[in-house]
Amino acid sequence: MTTQFPPGIQLEKEDERIMTLNIGPQHPGSGHMRLIIKVDGDYIVSCDPDPGYVHRGEEKMAEHRNYLLNIPHLERPVIHDSCNILYPYCLAVEELLGTEVPERAKYIRVIASELNRCVYTMYWLGIYGIFLGHSTMFMWPMADRELLIDLLEAMTGARVTHSFFIPGGVRNDVPPNFEDRVLRQLSYFEKRLKEYEDIFYQNPVLKSRTEGTGILSREDAIRLGVTGSVLRSAGVDFDLRKKEPYDVYDNIDFETQVLKEGDSYARSRVPYLDMLESCNIIRDALTKMPTSGSVRVKLKPNPKGSADEVYRRVESGRGSLGMYLVSNGTPQPYRLKISVGSFRNIICLPYLLKGELLGNMPAVYWSLNYWPVEADR
Amino acid sequence: MSTIAPKFRLGHFIASLTDNIFWGVVLFTLIGLPIVFIVLFLIELPEIDGKLLSPYLAVTYIADPSRTLPIIQSLIQTDFFKIVAFPGFGFAALIAGATIFIERKFLAKIQLRPGPFYCGKVEGILQLMADGLKLISKEIIIPAKADKPIFWAAPVLFVATAAAFVSLIPVAPGWVVADLDVGLIAVFAIIGFFPIITILVSWAANSKFPFIGGIRALHQMVSFEIPLILSLLGIVILTGTLNLSEIVASQAGIWWIVFLPIGAIVFFISILAELERIPFDLPEAESEIVAGWLTEFSGMMYGLVQLGSYVKLYAFAGLFVTLFLGGWHGPMVVPPFPEEIITEGITMGPISIKIPGLPLFSQEMLNGTLWFVIKTMGVIMVILLPRGVFPRIRIDLLLHVGWYKLIGLCFLNLFIALGLIYGGVLGPEGFIQ
Repeated sequence: MTTQFPPGIQLEKEDERIMTLNIGPQHPGSGHMRLIIKVDGDYIVSCDPDPGYVHRGEEKMAEHRNYLLNIPHLERPVIHDSCNILYPYCLAVEELLGTEVPERAKYIRVIASELNRCVYTMYWLGIYGIFLGHSTMFMWPMADRELLIDLLEAMTGARVTHSFFIPGGVRNDVPPNFEDRVLRQLSYFEKRLKEYEDIFYQNPVLKSRTEGTGILSREDAIRLGVTGSVLRSAGVDFDLRKKEPYDVYDNIDFETQVLKEGDSYARSRVPYLDMLESCNIIRDALTKMPTSGSVRVKLKPNPKGSADEVYRRVESGRGSLGMYLVSNGTPQPYRLKISVGSFRNIICLPYLLKGELLGNMPAVYWSLNYWPVEADR
Repeated sequence: MSTIAPKFRLGHFIASLTDNIFWGVVLFTLIGLPIVFIVLFLIELPEIDGKLLSPYLAVTYIADPSRTLPIIQSLIQTDFFKIVAFPGFGFAALIAGATIFIERKFLAKIQLRPGPFYCGKVEGILQLMADGLKLISKEIIIPAKADKPIFWAAPVLFVATAAAFVSLIPVAPGWVVADLDVGLIAVFAIIGFFPIITILVSWAANSKFPFIGGIRALHQMVSFEIPLILSLLGIVILTGTLNLSEIVASQAGIWWIVFLPIGAIVFFISILAELERIPFDLPEAESEIVAGWLTEFSGMMYGLVQLGSYVKLYAFAGLFVTLFLGGWHGPMVVPPFPEEIITEGITMGPISIKIPGLPLFSQEMLNGTLWFVIKTMGVIMVILLPRGVFPRIRIDLLLHVGWYKLIGLCFLNLFIALGLIYGGVLGPEGFIQ
């Protein structure tokens, strides 16, 4: 016989103080995932992330298409960062096919991937702003992101799904006087980033909310296997662009952004510092880029790789993004395993949220630089 | 051919018109005229301006509209008009609507976007009406296990409490619905109702997110009511009255914000918390608890709560103006009503207009209302501004601010007020009167 509760809030059991909240998948603070959070009062007792609502089977789809046809659908998980997600795939296929990429194409790739990192980070920053109730920080990056998208559109012909990187180079050359346009845009972009610093990162309310919450220590960060900005905010100097330079990153002068605090504030600040550093990378790449030359190597219509295994990874907006490609000599990949930073970062969420206030949940959750669609692949 | 009425024929249209006229005349003769005579026979009609109000006199108003002036003037002086229209709810709702429009455009300008743009052709000025129509036409969904009577009653109660709050605010000299000698205590009493309604809603909705939001709202409102009340005691000490009209009258020279800036700041921060506005919008924190205690409201129930919260915003801004910014005081800007219009009339070409009665509103009233509205809109703009600048604060920091910092500042404010009295600066024997 069940107990009749009076009208009012009904807990799971009458004698328990613990209440279960299903935050997501239909919730303004969840993204395409569910967080099963148990709260005692306003304190979080346990958190169980439940991703998988937008799984699309990208890896399985890749087994039925040849190396070139895989390009348009592989960028779908993160359309805001579509150059970076194609980067490891192109590197792996080039290694498998034994293709040498022209020098100019390598620089164009670096520029496109850094612009794309900024586009992604602006989107992420906007959502971080609205998660903390800062609506201006939602609107400003969304507006300024359009200018960078315009640059990429002039470069690739598409706004977000560029399909720009292909095995053997890039799809097309950059338009004439592209360099001036990029430089003009970058100076405006850096000016705006300083305004973001004033209104958002130096905001006393934001600092009081995020500093000292969800602290991830250096040891835990290494043990839990987080990557990218989350790892670098915990004091680990690990940037794949420095540690395992791909294409021409070893020719370019830039610094890795590392913070020591490991709290939500540091985690939210490292992508911002990365954006500033991306501007320097783009400037440096523009000066060192060969002024003329081919940008792609003509591949055979249906290229076959040798029966081999390749693993290449790059530093994307969300951390290390690796592609493990197994070929058995046919035109299609035998197996493509995508290892994404989003999924590896969300693993540490239950550890960070335990004992925190419910009000800290959005600040900690979105500071992990997590993209639900990419994590589900 | 028109697509609206594809089978339109003029003959049918004229036939339908004559049909309607015929039935109107028949019904009026059979039912309307007997009712008019019953009314004339049974009910004693008021005597206005020396003439008995009768239907025949009312018909003559059509010929000469200026004859309705005495009626309008006697209507304006009734309590009904004060409650419904001018210093009461209608005026407050109008300012609330203007506030919503200003908030949207003002925030949009801060955030590099145009804001409402299409509805109403001119800068989206009819967007609020469109939103209201949308809310009215939406289905009202009540949770299955909700406590229905309380859940239904809550939005109405919220608006009614906000309207009761509005009735205490003096807009112009003599223009206040309830001119109480204990006005400030009545304000505190009415503010005390809002947390009760909030917690009733959140409990009655029988849902988790409203419950958390309601508990948060309760924490917030209760802990900020204390600094809210304490910050106003300085003014009570200096003026020696609780009547809001007298408090305004005492600021004819210098406004109280000059002497009590700390009290004004504390009161302003407490207003933000009481109104659940950013950075204190924890009860409606959408990224944590959906919409807080408003989550289960739908359709016009949500619309009523929003209307109530904007009316409450106006009332708090008006209270701030009343207490700290000198209420209706300000230099005369409205020109006085010329006497010649009453005695001689205005001649405009072939038509001459004569207004036989007195002017409807006095110069003081128009001037006071103008200054009151200007100051109130200024305060409202400052209340709206943090939404573009600050993120949401956390609950522990909120309680820390409320209980630890603001109450301390309140006592500092009280000491300043006492110092002004005993130092001989203000008060009955002070050198500033």
